Amino acid sequence: MFSYQFDWSVVTSGQYFEWLVSGLKITLELSVWSIIFSFLLGLIIAVMRMSNVRPILWFSHAYLEFFRNTPLLVQIFFWYFGSYQILPKAINDWLNSVNFEFAAAVIALTIYTSAFIAEDIRSGVRSIPKEQMEAARSSGFSYLRSMRYIILPQAVRLTIPPLINQFLNVTKNSSLAMTIGVAEITYQARQVESYTFKGFESFTAATLVYLGLSLVIAGLMTLYNRRVLSPMMGGK
Amino acid sequence: MIRFEAVHKWFKDLHVLNDINLHVKQGEVVVVCGPSGSGKSTLIRTINKLEPIQKGRLFVDGKDMSDRKTDINRLRAEIGFVFQQFNLYPHLTAIKNITLAPIKIRKLPKKQAEEEAMALLERVGLADRRDSYPSQLSGGQQQRVAIARGLAMKPKIMCFDEPTSALDPEMIGEVLQVMQGLAHTGMTLMVVTHEMGFAREVADRVIFMDYGVVLEEASPEEFFRNPKHERAQLFLKEILSPMH
Ligand SMILES: Nc1ncnc2c1ncn2[C@@H]1O[C@H](COP(=O)(O)OP(=O)(O)OP(=O)(O)O)[C@@H](O)[C@H]1O
Ligand SMILES: [Mg+2]
Repeated sequence: MFSYQFDWSVVTSGQYFEWLVSGLKITLELSVWSIIFSFLLGLIIAVMRMSNVRPILWFSHAYLEFFRNTPLLVQIFFWYFGSYQILPKAINDWLNSVNFEFAAAVIALTIYTSAFIAEDIRSGVRSIPKEQMEAARSSGFSYLRSMRYIILPQAVRLTIPPLINQFLNVTKNSSLAMTIGVAEITYQARQVESYTFKGFESFTAATLVYLGLSLVIAGLMTLYNRRVLSPMMGGK
Repeated sequence: MIRFEAVHKWFKDLHVLNDINLHVKQGEVVVVCGPSGSGKSTLIRTINKLEPIQKGRLFVDGKDMSDRKTDINRLRAEIGFVFQQFNLYPHLTAIKNITLAPIKIRKLPKKQAEEEAMALLERVGLADRRDSYPSQLSGGQQQRVAIARGLAMKPKIMCFDEPTSALDPEMIGEVLQVMQGLAHTGMTLMVVTHEMGFAREVADRVIFMDYGVVLEEASPEEFFRNPKHERAQLFLKEILSPMH
């Protein structure tokens, strides 16, 4: 009844192992770029969302609602298949020369995740006492520079736990990039499976990779929080 | 240096500043006192436009605060402001709290800003706490860092809104001492406080407010010896002997 022959060697050595390693590398690249860009974009959107200039407020509001409430897969397809038709030719040529699948995946992951990060940061900002803004303004900082130097650095520190969550989501969500042909780890696991019929082994390997990445990200952030950030925010 | 001309301010229906006329000259030390809710904080916060006014005119360092052409950020850099709750930046060490604005706004080189900050920390008696975070400092120490932070911009005016009323009694003296030192440097000071000893010794003028109105404006000797307004008499009686 249990006739399946396990063969772990297909995923631990040889050509298929190399496929998986290259998949891991792409997953890492996808995640790191998307994390960096989505964090920066999230900061900008969060600040726009708190603006008192009406058009900016409306734009950021629409942005948040739109990108948080549509499936990531659809957004990936949109950027991959859809943007081709609306972008100028010059940009398309350039995108094709630099690996369009990868770029579309990073764009989609970045924009999607930035919407969630923006909301997290905004609630972090709201928990900073208004006196901090007053102190900054009364030193002569403009509103935006007060945000940049005084409010956001504090808000981001308070936002570390939800940010960890978002960064983990990015890593996991990056698996959807396989649908447009980005050769990340899930894609490669699928490849290995179709060449070897060792689906259990190959997807176990992929699973362990995601688990490992998640643990590393969470561990790094927690360490950063404990070593660097919490001493500044009230801990002795 | 600061001139209020028939200034009014409302919070919705509440008339918080009612026809304020004041002139604070360069180098003068003015103490503002009055019962809770009388509008002292609001008054002092109009000076750097933390609170905008709705009527009248307010000139600070010759600039009209209601004029759209006045660069408010630049003007604020010339006015040090010290708050009741210190409002230090909790994510920065003492020295970084002090150097942030000089570096970012005055464009001072980091090294020079730090040297000046150290001199200020020395002056407020906290040179050894340069790398402490606010949460690691006592209230009195935090307030002295906050004063140093204000001074680091080399302001023309320093405003204090009840700088000692959030402090434990044993820490009040150390802060008042720093402020007294400042008064002797010829800086223009506007101080909201109930520390009548400070007013008596340091102030050139005492202003008494109630219900958003300046009821009395006098030299400290005159104010303490012979307050004219009935409410000022009552206020002084309560504040000087709170137990009756
Ligand atoms: N942002 C605000 N919105 C509405 N009302 C306010 C606001 N700030 C102050 N007030 C009201 O304006 C009045 C004057 O307040 P203000 O803080 O200037 O008084 P104060 O003299 O500084 O009192 P205290 O000694 O308690 O600090 C009070 O009745 C207060 O409740
Ligand atoms: Mg007050």
